[in-house]
Amino acid sequence: MEPTTKTETLDIEGMTCASCAAFVEKSLSRTPGVQRAMVNFATEKATVDYEPAQASPATLKQAVINAGYGVAERAPDTSAAERSAEIDRQKALAYQKLKRRFWVAVGLAVIIMPLSMLMLWPAMMARVNMQWLNYALLMLTLPVLLYSGREFYESAWNGFKHRAANMDTLIAVGTGAAFLYSVAATVVPGFFTSRGLMPEVYYDTTATIIALILLGKVLEMRAKTQTSAAIRSLMGLQAKTARVVRPDGAEVDVPIEQVQLGDIVVVRPGEKVATDGLITEGSSALDEAMLTGESLPVQKQTGDPVFGATLNKTGSFRFRVTKVGADTMLSQIVKLVEDAQGSRAPIQRLADKVSAIFVPTVVVIAILTFVLWFDLAPVEHRLPLALVNFVAVLIIACPCALGLATPTAIMVSTGKGAEHGVLIRNAEALEKAYQVNTVLLDKTGTITRGEPAVTDFVAPDQEPARLLQLVAAVERQSEHPLAEAVVRYANAQGAGSLAATSFRAVEGKGAAATVDGQAVLIGNRRLLTEEGVQLSPELLAQAEHLLAQAKTVLYVAVAGQAVGLVGVADTVRDSSAAAIKQLQALGIEVVMMTGDNPQTAAQVAGQVGIRRYFAEVLPQDKAGKVKELQGEGRTVAMVGDGINDAPALAQADIGLAIGSGTDVAMEAAGITLMRSDLRGVVTAIELSRQTIRTIKQNLFFAFIYNTLGIPIAAGLLYPFFGILLSPMLAAGAMALSSVSVLTNSLRLRAFNHH
Amino acid sequence: MDATALIVTIAGVGLAAFVLWYFFFSARQTASAVSTSGGVQEVAITVKGGYSPDVIEVEHGKPVQLSFYRDEENSCSEELLMPDFNIRRDLPAFKTTLVELLPQQTGKFEFTCGMGMLRGSLVVK
Repeated sequence: MEPTTKTETLDIEGMTCASCAAFVEKSLSRTPGVQRAMVNFATEKATVDYEPAQASPATLKQAVINAGYGVAERAPDTSAAERSAEIDRQKALAYQKLKRRFWVAVGLAVIIMPLSMLMLWPAMMARVNMQWLNYALLMLTLPVLLYSGREFYESAWNGFKHRAANMDTLIAVGTGAAFLYSVAATVVPGFFTSRGLMPEVYYDTTATIIALILLGKVLEMRAKTQTSAAIRSLMGLQAKTARVVRPDGAEVDVPIEQVQLGDIVVVRPGEKVATDGLITEGSSALDEAMLTGESLPVQKQTGDPVFGATLNKTGSFRFRVTKVGADTMLSQIVKLVEDAQGSRAPIQRLADKVSAIFVPTVVVIAILTFVLWFDLAPVEHRLPLALVNFVAVLIIACPCALGLATPTAIMVSTGKGAEHGVLIRNAEALEKAYQVNTVLLDKTGTITRGEPAVTDFVAPDQEPARLLQLVAAVERQSEHPLAEAVVRYANAQGAGSLAATSFRAVEGKGAAATVDGQAVLIGNRRLLTEEGVQLSPELLAQAEHLLAQAKTVLYVAVAGQAVGLVGVADTVRDSSAAAIKQLQALGIEVVMMTGDNPQTAAQVAGQVGIRRYFAEVLPQDKAGKVKELQGEGRTVAMVGDGINDAPALAQADIGLAIGSGTDVAMEAAGITLMRSDLRGVVTAIELSRQTIRTIKQNLFFAFIYNTLGIPIAAGLLYPFFGILLSPMLAAGAMALSSVSVLTNSLRLRAFNHH
Repeated sequence: MDATALIVTIAGVGLAAFVLWYFFFSARQTASAVSTSGGVQEVAITVKGGYSPDVIEVEHGKPVQLSFYRDEENSCSEELLMPDFNIRRDLPAFKTTLVELLPQQTGKFEFTCGMGMLRGSLVVK
C-alpha cells in the first residue's frame, strides 16, 4: 500500500523552555492535515506526520512562525550519510580527473624526454634544426603545463593573493621558472648566443616534474582514502530500515530516519538491530563485535539494552526505541572517533610550526641559491646552473610529508581502536597512553565483575541439589543483591523451582519462608543465633575457612537445623589475570586500589598477580592515590568504571573508562573501553605505542628528507664532490616522501591485538 | 663581480626580503563575526588558495557558525582542521560546509588545511 502520510523534520529556532516546545507542538497539531506532531526541546527538532494533500512543509513552517518561533533552513544535504556519500562521489570524480591529468603528462613527457636528448647523438643533431626542435618541444610541453599542471599555477596564484604559500607555490615557481627560461631560449636564442651562452631549454625538466608530482598525488589520494576506511565502514553498519509495530499490530518496514522514540521494533534472527532500545519481548544472542570488539555473542532478555547496528544471531525479539539518530551508541562512537581524528597530538606541534613558515623560507633559500650560483659559477654556465639549482631547491622542499606524518597515523589508529572496542578521545590521549609506566586498577568492576557471585555451596549432610532448590525458592522472593547471586547460581546449576510461602525478609540479616512444608532460613550468623539455631562444629570450621578467603557467608537452616553454607564473593573476571600479565610483560607496573579490607585486597591481588595494592581506599581518596603514584614520578593510567571513579580518571595522566560506555565515562576518560574486560587496556596501550612509534618514524623521514634534501639541491655537495641534484630527481624524491609517510601510517591497519 | 652579477644579487636579495615581508609581516584581512537574533555568531569564509577572511574575531561563550565556501577544486584545501576544537571536516568543492563550535576560552586558535599549509585563525575575545 502506498503510504498516504509524509514525515517532515523541522529545526525549530527560538525555543527557550519546555513549554515553548509544547506551544509549537500544539500549533503544529492544529494545522489541517497534520496527524501527529512531536517537538523535542533538547534537540530543537519537530517531527510531523502529515497528509501531503492537505499540508506542505511551507504550511508547517507557517504554523511554527504563527506560534512565535522560527524554522531554520536546513542545508540541502541534511543527513550525514547523504553528505558523506556526496563527498565520496566528489572524491572519486577528483581522483578520475587527477589520473587523466597524470596520464596526459606521462604521455607527453615520454615524447619530450628522448627529443631533448637528441643532442647526445651528434650525428642526429646535424640533421635536426635546433630552432625547430625547440619549438616542437615547446608545443608538446604547453599542454602539460596548461592541462596537467594547471591546478598548481592557479593554486599558487590564489595562495599568493592570500599571502599564503603552499606546496603548489613551490612547484609553480620552480617549473614556471624552468619553462619561462626555456621559452626565452627558444624565441630569442640570439640574446643568449651573443653573450656566449648556449640557449639551453628545460622542457623535459618541466614536463617530468609535473608528471612526477602528479604521480605522487595519485598515490597519495589513493592511500588517503584508506586512512578513513575504518570510520566509513563503521557508519556503513547502520541498518537502513526498521520493522516497526503499528498500534494496530501491523508490522511495517520504515526507513530508519522515520523511527521515533517509543516505537516498538521487531528484530528477527540474522537481522541488524535498527537503533538503540530496551527489549520488551523475547530473548536472543547478539553479536556486538562492531561496538565492543568482543566476538562472542551476548545473551539478552527482556529489559536488557540493545544497540543499533549490532547483529541478532539466534532468537526473535521486540524492543522499545529509546534513542534515535545522533543519540545512538553507534553515532556517538562515530562522532568520538571523528573528533579524535580532528585533534592534534602534542608531538605534532613542532611539525606544525615548521610547516607554517616553511614555504616562504624555502622560496628565500631558493632565491639566495640562485644568486650565489650566478655570482660564483663560471660566467658561461652561471645562468643555467643558477636556474637548475633554484628549481631543484623549490621542488625538493615540499613539506607535505611533514604535514601528513601525524594526522594520518592518528586517523588509522583511532579507527583501528574503534574496531577493537577501544575509543580514543583525542590524539593527546593516544600520546599519553604511550608514556604510561604504571596502571592503577580499581578492583571492583574492573578486575572483578563488580557483582557478587556464589563461589561455594556447602551441604555436608544433605543432597546439595535438593538444598539448593529450597534455598533458591526463598531467595527468588528477595530483592537483595546477595539473593540475586544465589538465584543466578541456582539457575545456572539447573535447580528446579519450588513454591515458597509466608516469605519474610529480616532487614540486614536474611530471609525466611516455608518451602515444601519446611521452614527455610537463610542469612548471616546473627539471624541463625536469634532464631535459636545451633551450628555444628563442622559447619563452623567450613565457615571460618570461607571467611578467611574474604568471602561473605550465608548460613542455611532447614526445620531449625543448620544444614548448609553459601560462600559469596565478587569474582575475578576470567580475562583479568591474563591481561595483567600482558601489561607486566610490556614493562608496566600494575597497582590495585580497593575500598575492601587488606585481607580481601591481598586475596584478589594474589589471584591476578598484582604485587602492590592500596586497600581501604574511600571513594573520595581515589584521586589522592593517583596523585601519590604521580608523586613517585610515574606516568599513571587509571582504569575504572567511570562513574564513582571520575575524579581519579581525571587526575590520572590518562583515564580509561571500562565497560559502561555511558556518557559520563566517555566525558571523564581519555580512552573508553567498550568491553568490560581488562584486555582492552592492553590493546589501548599497545595501539598507542605502535602509533607513536609510527609518528616518530614519519617525522624522522619527513625532517631528514627536507633537512638533507635542501642543501643537496642547493648544490652544497658540488664544490666537494661535483654532485648536483637534478630537478627531476628532486621531483621524484618529493613525490615519494609523502607516499612513504602515508604507507608507513597505513601499516597500522595491520595492528591486531592477540 | 660584473655588472650583471651585481644586478642579480641586488634583485635577488630584494626579492627575498619582499617574500619574507609579504608572507610573514604584511597586514592580514580581519573580520568580526555577525551575531544573529538567536545569539549565534556567523562568519562566511571563502576557501580559494587560502581562507578569506583568514583572521576571524568572535566573542567567547557564544556559539559560532562558520560557513566555509570552497571555491576551487584544488586538493590542497579539501580538508579543514581545527585541532583546538577537535574538528576535521571535508570541504566539498563549490559547496558551503557549516562548522559549528562553542569557544569557551579566549585566545587565538589556528585552523589549517589537512597538511597545515593554508592557515587562518579564530581570535576569541
